[in-house]
Amino acid sequence: MTIQFNDETFRDDYSFRNSDWAIKRFPFPFHEDSYMYSMNAEQHRGGPAGSVFEKRFDVDEHYISEMRDRAIVLDQDPLRCQSLPHMTLAGWDLLELIMVSKSEDYPDLFELYRDGAQWRWVNKPLGIDDTFTFMDETTLPYGPLEYITRQSQGDFALLDQRENNLWMDAGMITTQADWSLDFDIGMNFFEWHAPVPLAHEMGIFKRALKFLMNIQQGAPGRRLNWTMTVNPLLDTSPENYHKWGIQKTSLTPENIGAKQHVRVELQTFYRLPRSNALAFPIRCYLCSFQDLMTVPKWGRRLHRVVRDLPVELATYKGFIDNRPMMLDYLSQFDDGLPTSFGVFPDLDSEPPLQK
Amino acid sequence: MTKFNFPPSITSRPVWGELQARAGSGHVFIADAHGAGAIMDMATPDLMAKAHIIYIPKGHDMSAELKALGPAQYYEGPSYAAASSRIAHVLGQAKMGVQVYLAGTESVMGQAMHAAVQAGIPSGSIQTEHRGSTARRMQCVHCKGFTEDVETDPFVCSHCGLNLFVRDHYSRRLAAYQAVCIDAEDPGNVPESKGIYE
Amino acid sequence: MSAAPQKTKSGSETLNVVVSAKVPVTDLVTRFEFTRTDGAPFPPFSGGAHTVVTMQDGDRTRMNAYSLMSDPADLGIYAISVRRDDTGRGGSKFMHEHVAAGDEITITYPVNLFSLDLTAKKHIFFAGGIGITPFMSMIGQLDQIGGNWELHYSARSAALGAYADVLREKYPHKVHLYCDDADQHIPLEAILSGQPLGTHTYVCGPEGMISWVHSTAASLGWPEAHVHSEAFLAPEPGQPFEVRLCKSDKTITVGENESLLEAIERAGVDAPFLCRGGSCGMCETDVVTADGTFLHRDYWLEQEEQAAGKKIMPCVSRFLGGVLELDR
Repeated sequence: MTIQFNDETFRDDYSFRNSDWAIKRFPFPFHEDSYMYSMNAEQHRGGPAGSVFEKRFDVDEHYISEMRDRAIVLDQDPLRCQSLPHMTLAGWDLLELIMVSKSEDYPDLFELYRDGAQWRWVNKPLGIDDTFTFMDETTLPYGPLEYITRQSQGDFALLDQRENNLWMDAGMITTQADWSLDFDIGMNFFEWHAPVPLAHEMGIFKRALKFLMNIQQGAPGRRLNWTMTVNPLLDTSPENYHKWGIQKTSLTPENIGAKQHVRVELQTFYRLPRSNALAFPIRCYLCSFQDLMTVPKWGRRLHRVVRDLPVELATYKGFIDNRPMMLDYLSQFDDGLPTSFGVFPDLDSEPPLQK
Repeated sequence: MTKFNFPPSITSRPVWGELQARAGSGHVFIADAHGAGAIMDMATPDLMAKAHIIYIPKGHDMSAELKALGPAQYYEGPSYAAASSRIAHVLGQAKMGVQVYLAGTESVMGQAMHAAVQAGIPSGSIQTEHRGSTARRMQCVHCKGFTEDVETDPFVCSHCGLNLFVRDHYSRRLAAYQAVCIDAEDPGNVPESKGIYE
Repeated sequence: MSAAPQKTKSGSETLNVVVSAKVPVTDLVTRFEFTRTDGAPFPPFSGGAHTVVTMQDGDRTRMNAYSLMSDPADLGIYAISVRRDDTGRGGSKFMHEHVAAGDEITITYPVNLFSLDLTAKKHIFFAGGIGITPFMSMIGQLDQIGGNWELHYSARSAALGAYADVLREKYPHKVHLYCDDADQHIPLEAILSGQPLGTHTYVCGPEGMISWVHSTAASLGWPEAHVHSEAFLAPEPGQPFEVRLCKSDKTITVGENESLLEAIERAGVDAPFLCRGGSCGMCETDVVTADGTFLHRDYWLEQEEQAAGKKIMPCVSRFLGGVLELDR
């Protein structure tokens, strides 16, 4: 299908909207009625047609507006994109991966022509047509990481693999769930995850690190992560928390359905061939409570998950104060019926709300 | 003086050790104030024959005692900032096999460790020992300014004036802990300050 | 996560290739060059990567790991170099005697367990014999990105030093060859002394050479994190032993000339693997019960783990004695 790109904002007047198409394909993150940390990873080799899992790098109706929002963030704070000196090669690896994937997966939107090291990249939605020399930074307006991720939805971390660990040594981070690349750059896997509660004690990160270090070329992986955001604000950065934090207190029983969003990260993992680094794209999807409630299964399940989440997790995810109001709203959509296993909406088989 | 036992914390918070002599082609010591005591506790004539001590007394002058150890080279500076170009030069000239020993406050150890890592020494092989003040070097995540010698939580950013709380999340690259606005969701509601370890 | 999880296959993704050339390099070493059967370029790879070659030797499937030693800048071919070992389990002998130009075989995507540390300011390589192979592609990669390196290569004789001539011609000031028959030895201590901070060293060769480099570097105050090694661990033959595979409900006998991993695969049981050489950790298997002696040969398990007898790496390790039950 040809994508109709929205003209919308993720700040100020928040004109961001999901179409019916976008709601049905939203990566709802709960495969059962409760949630606890787990790696829960699988191979990233396509998925149901039209789903966000189908392509290697999903492009949707928010593409152009998300890229506009990223440009605003970078104008205000260039430190959101950084690459330590040894990560340039990994940046070229990522550029190649994205250009090859997008031109193959979306030939109507992106084109790549390669003649040896002379490459021509055409990005029709953003009106870009650039010719450059692969592996020669002087022929691009930005470094390879920044160049390609100014044209790709989602955050991108590049992890160097050495000393039996992964190191957060480069990234483009403007749609993050409250963590700072400028602070965390150079940290190893355990250090940048240090603030996450409970999971260390559970041994989650040791197993996750082992899994990630064994991701091999040609066999990428993926998993989902989630949090909550008031207003469709992509840039929930610690840097600007003193400005956006107050929005969390703007919820009322009347506006919560429209204002409260579930924020889902589709995390994918690719072994990069030339640098042996790991690419870690973190794609952010937002969906308002009221849009989610149009899917009966999701309405039932979201209520149960939010209700039963341990206090530590609700605190870490930043919605402990708003949880009672969320539950008042969500309980209207939970009739106590059982739900089908898995994340998909199952609109044809799941019964409508019985109250 | 008695050593401070830091409470258990998260995995990004540095864990300081105890200096021990190791085989090496040279030995660079960087210490401030009470850190001198850690050097004195492990110095041997063999070690001192190839040692370069860089000391920042910072109100607790133990220079006479350090000089008495007979290091091959001795330098004293009024502040880390004043000593930093010398430290960068010494490490830049050093060869593989050099051992780096850091002692004293977290701020000086952290900054010196960053300089050593920049020079090409992996952080895991740099030795440390905490002595003296437990004050922290904090970075305001909002304005990026550093506030030195922070002993209370919350505190006021010395650059942008925001009320900040003290996290244990630590960046070795910045040699600082992270400080985040405490009253963003309820402006003006700032709890009373108390000692970080109270 | 999704409703349609795919089953993970063991090992890596594979590529179908044709042996495009079989080139004698020395009396013992032969180079095999591959092109893809579909004519497409190969995936790029990083210096130090290996591929696992599957050989069909009658009804026996052999899988051996070899360093990719072609130039990473040339994606038209992949090449490996195989040293003939007449005393081993027969994989290298099979390659030399039975694999010919024009044969179609299967190899895995590149896997790198011995990569360059790109934070290094300088790289020093120590190669012993056929241990030269991973350095061929590392040198190719550093050439591309303008890295600072030198190679110290020890061989029995100049004639047996595979690629020594090519390397010395191309990099006369960076490549140093030491020949046993001329009583030349790597002056290790002198080389490791006086290197600039940020230098990393890499060693590939016989076990004795690897431990020599590690211990000498440590005695000179080098950080452990700056000394990298890759040992050639081929599974060693040993006494046959019997194993019970609990999950699959099968009892198998591991033959004298096959590894435990190969025996598990022969029984039709899917088992994870990557390096088949005791270093990646992928095939780690839980022991349910054991009455006998473990012959641990891997580099993966900690010494305490090996002593505890709760885990085994079936790619290289064996067992002697009565009962061994594995969670597989």
